[in-house]
Amino acid sequence: MSGDRITKALLFISSLTILLLSAGIVISLFGGSIPAFREFGLRFITSSAWNPTAGSEEYGAMAFIAGTVITSILALIICIPMAFTTSLFIAEYYRDTRISGILRSLVDLLAGIPSIVYGFWGFYALRPLLVSTGLSDQGFGVFTASLVLAIMIVPYATSLSAEIISMVPAELKEAAYSLGATRREVIFSVVIPSARSGIIASFILALGRALGETMAVTMLIGNANVIPKGLFAPGNTMASVIANQFGEASGLKMSALIAVGLLLFLITALVNYLGKLIIKRFA
Amino acid sequence: MNTTPQSDSVLEIRNLFIAYEPERYAVKDVSASIKRNRITAIMGPSGCGKSTLLRGMNRMHELYPNIQTKGDILLDGKSIFSMSVIELRRRVGMVFQRPNPFPNMTIYENVVAGFSLNDIRLKKNQRDEIVENALRNVALWDEVKESLFRKGTFLSGGQQQRLCVARAIAFNPDVLLLDEPTSALDPIATSKIEDLLGELKKKYTLVLVTHNMSQAARISDDSMFMYLGELVESGPTGTLFTNPKDSRTEAYLTGKFG
Ligand SMILES: Nc1ncnc2c1ncn2[C@@H]1O[C@H](COP(=O)(O)OP(=O)(O)OP(=O)(O)O)[C@@H](O)[C@H]1O
Ligand SMILES: [Mg+2]
Repeated sequence: MSGDRITKALLFISSLTILLLSAGIVISLFGGSIPAFREFGLRFITSSAWNPTAGSEEYGAMAFIAGTVITSILALIICIPMAFTTSLFIAEYYRDTRISGILRSLVDLLAGIPSIVYGFWGFYALRPLLVSTGLSDQGFGVFTASLVLAIMIVPYATSLSAEIISMVPAELKEAAYSLGATRREVIFSVVIPSARSGIIASFILALGRALGETMAVTMLIGNANVIPKGLFAPGNTMASVIANQFGEASGLKMSALIAVGLLLFLITALVNYLGKLIIKRFA
Repeated sequence: MNTTPQSDSVLEIRNLFIAYEPERYAVKDVSASIKRNRITAIMGPSGCGKSTLLRGMNRMHELYPNIQTKGDILLDGKSIFSMSVIELRRRVGMVFQRPNPFPNMTIYENVVAGFSLNDIRLKKNQRDEIVENALRNVALWDEVKESLFRKGTFLSGGQQQRLCVARAIAFNPDVLLLDEPTSALDPIATSKIEDLLGELKKKYTLVLVTHNMSQAARISDDSMFMYLGELVESGPTGTLFTNPKDSRTEAYLTGKFG
């Protein structure tokens, strides 16, 4: 009897801890960003000025919002064809075969590689390649960052989509086969339509990942605090400006960085919420 | 009109073996003939190979990766293994144990799914006619004619199963294979499907896998009894039930196993 009670109390305490922790994070984010918003108001979001010179200090998050959104969306666009086809291969075309099992473990392996290693690879392997094509002087910039970001979210999107695709009931596929449908017709008329919203959700969740990704992006995007002027131009993202500048920041600048963090948190939370909502409707 | 016994049989199964794994046969040396415009019931204890044999008749068993098949099945005298599976499955349709209408399609779209899946373009009036005929043939038309453009998954289980039969007969096949089509339904829906099968045999040849002996006795004309992958006995249902030749058939019919 009392053992039951203790378990219940322990579970309650640990859930409460989580609740308090997340509430604490949100409160300190809000609290920390108050000075920046008091100083600049809504201009903090719409302006792309970032000037830490004492006396004429001015901070706006627009350049980083743009950098984050552009790199993430570009990464998603590059990721979709790779992840979609791979998940179809794993979960439908070659399902339950050895090759699919091997590929699945490789995808999981890729998902486990730390961000900094991807950054290294981008820096030492991908960047020189881009320079040699002549598209970019130094190889830094939006495109390089997006490409590496895409490769980083492909495993995540692939395993989520594969999971959804393998949940399409065998009965539906059999019904289509028994009506004389070919493999291709079954995939395009039954499998994809049944899994559609789940697949979309897995890409939205992958986008959520890309938005917050920091290390690899910092190493490759060029860290220029401006709205990127082109695909191969440098820029900066919300996560990476925080990583680069928080060490030497204080006062108003610190508050501005915390405010950027708050905005990033809100954008990511919204995107993840959307993804989960769609998944729920699907299941 | 040719009335020799041979032309009377639609499907001729000849020394058929099917194995999911090498040398482990789920169907062993089965030879039988399925007669036109009759209901043939396949009975036997669980795991004896009924579904495997049935799926062999329109080569649905080939969906499993390492399947091995020996022997032959003739459809109107022609080997089904020399036909394209697409043509074969249009002539030999299938209804499954659990109703499985396509959830992303309306009732109307479900009935003509066989055409749209195969990219067969039809004029609207042709499609309307096929839908109405198929739904009338399964006695569903009056129940759904007002809601043709609603999703098929809104229907009751029994209605969904009749929709699946309609979808399978929209092609006007020669043979309809049914794998325990009533095992997921309540008694009232079951008896409606049974009545329906009695009607359908006027136009089509039906092969029915069933666990339910009284169902086989009620509606089938011919029966096959399988045990451990072998066809133990087959013949007119009346004879098989009242006067089984094999002791295993008798044991099954009297409830000794299964
Ligand atoms: N996908 C499969 N892979 C391997 N073995 C299988 C597979 N499907 C069926 N079998 C085996 O083949 C044999 C026959 O199975 P089948 O499904 O044809 O039996 P059944 O008579 O339809 O049984 P039930 O009445 O339970 O539906 C069984 O021993 C079964 O274990
Ligand atoms: Mg079965």
